[in-house]
Amino acid sequence: MSETTQAEYEPGTHPDWEPPATYVGVIGWLRENLFSNWFNSILTVIGLYLAYLIFVPLINWAFVHADWVGDSRDACTSGGACWVFVRVRFDQFMYGLYPASEYWRVNTVALLLVASLLWLTVPRIPYKRYGVLFTLIVFPVIAVYLLSGGAFGLPHVETTKWGGLTLTLILALVGIIAAFPLGILLALGRRSQMPIVRAMSVAYIELWRGVPLITVLFMSSVMLPLFLPEGVNFDKLLRALIGIVMFQSSYIAEVVRGGLQAIPKGQYEAADALGLSYPKKMGLIILPQALKLVIPGVVNTFNELFKDTTLVLIIGLFDLLAIIQQALEDPNWLGYSIEGYVFAGVVFWIFCFGMSRYSQALERKLHTGHKR
Amino acid sequence: MTGTRHQPEEQPIVQLQGVHKWYGEFHVLKNINMDVGKGERIVICGPSGSGKSTMIRCINRLEEHQKGHIIVDGTELTSDVKNIEQIRREVGMVFQHFNLFPHLTVLENCVLAPIWVRKMPRAEAEEIAMHYLEKVRIPEQAKKYPGQLSGGQQQRVAIARSLCMNPAIMLFDEPTSALDPEMIKEVLDTMIELAETGMTMLCVTHEMGFAKTVANRVVFMDGGEVIEVNEPHEFFDNPQHERTQLFLSQILQH
Repeated sequence: MSETTQAEYEPGTHPDWEPPATYVGVIGWLRENLFSNWFNSILTVIGLYLAYLIFVPLINWAFVHADWVGDSRDACTSGGACWVFVRVRFDQFMYGLYPASEYWRVNTVALLLVASLLWLTVPRIPYKRYGVLFTLIVFPVIAVYLLSGGAFGLPHVETTKWGGLTLTLILALVGIIAAFPLGILLALGRRSQMPIVRAMSVAYIELWRGVPLITVLFMSSVMLPLFLPEGVNFDKLLRALIGIVMFQSSYIAEVVRGGLQAIPKGQYEAADALGLSYPKKMGLIILPQALKLVIPGVVNTFNELFKDTTLVLIIGLFDLLAIIQQALEDPNWLGYSIEGYVFAGVVFWIFCFGMSRYSQALERKLHTGHKR
Repeated sequence: MTGTRHQPEEQPIVQLQGVHKWYGEFHVLKNINMDVGKGERIVICGPSGSGKSTMIRCINRLEEHQKGHIIVDGTELTSDVKNIEQIRREVGMVFQHFNLFPHLTVLENCVLAPIWVRKMPRAEAEEIAMHYLEKVRIPEQAKKYPGQLSGGQQQRVAIARSLCMNPAIMLFDEPTSALDPEMIKEVLDTMIELAETGMTMLCVTHEMGFAKTVANRVVFMDGGEVIEVNEPHEFFDNPQHERTQLFLSQILQH
């Protein structure tokens, strides 16, 4: 244990000592962090009291006095949250106006999605390369076919009937998967030596970043058809998706550009000196390092994108939030908006928190020792 | 191997003919003329800002020259990307700050260019990489990341990484300037062993001991010009120019 007497050691023979006991253990931690002096002790007590004031009623409302079972508002008698409302409407919140007999198609797509995400993210599952190919090429084809149908005996389901969490996830995933590579290309373009490529990238980025997403969505759904010839009309969902991808890619581009600028010049020079061509230099040396640096920023953008998908309600697409709001207008369920919004908030939070945790795990995994 | 190497063997492997370079208005290289023969070892010294780093960086086109000709191994450096990439395959470079790729292990650093530039099978590239890592005496660090190594070890990895491309010429840009004194020797020893294999080397360095033991010629630069070129013992014992004498008196004082 610790030496209290100042023993004399010959120079170069001092042994390693254990740290002082007050440094370690639960009591040590409490004393150090919560009760280190009278002022901190008072703050700790006040903090605990505030937490009590907030959380006890909240838990009572959400769980203790809540009603869970039933099929109409008559079941809600306990005075707490009326989760019956969410329960009754649950299918609609998940699938929108998708025909109930075809729910299995959405479920299959969701299962495939979860499977391919696990394939990509769980380190123990091998053949990652095929996982990427499956997720980016095979899965979207299957998903589009299953969701929209119209061939091989599956009845066609129009995109106007897609809704709820299904639509939210479609918007977010397509947005993320398409905007990310486009954003990287734009970032590289903005740092290019070629003046025309650079000018076009700058113009694109500044144009889309300067416009609110609502405007983009309005333009895509209301104004675009005015410019298209009579009879030419493409899907409203597709138009919204294109708008979202254009918009988000400009944000991703700027985040990635920040990462590119943080890579020391020596890395470019070393890659050049080894004879790597531009695509190899970028793909093998610069981007892997730059993208690792910008994981927090990119995930931040993805998070925003996920929540911004709710804006599609203004062009008449019924994502999760829009479908909940619509359900709130049902005369049978008037007055349960808090439950509806809490449910929407929790669902969004689960997805965003999941992304955030995954990104932190990824950062730790990619950490390879110290910076130069 | 390439159609451009038809010059006779006695042709210098690096030729600089009337090379000029400007950074904007600033004239950094003024009429540099130099021939380097195959297997020659040249040490370039001079005060900071004299253009010595810039000159060797022109040889693999990390810097562009604006006037004159640079011919490396029979290929003239022009803005033709094919020529540049071909010359870079033949010219290895070691930097002051090592510039290892921090996201790759030591071994991956070494096999990257052979696999992607020379299209070598991975197994063969790894064999060659381990051979050179043994030469620089750190095969046991192959699976580590650069951030886990000391400066001297990193610089030796950087040398091995260049050698894996089997270059005809090696450029060293102040390879020991960023190292602690304890580590300078291990890097210099590696460079001396490399010199003994007959490698053509151009070294920008202030290590005068290294210049004396290894160099065929010492080049002294100042203000963007080559002031003096001489055999090492002549250069140190009997410098011709006043500017050279001043420089030597300053660096040899301590």
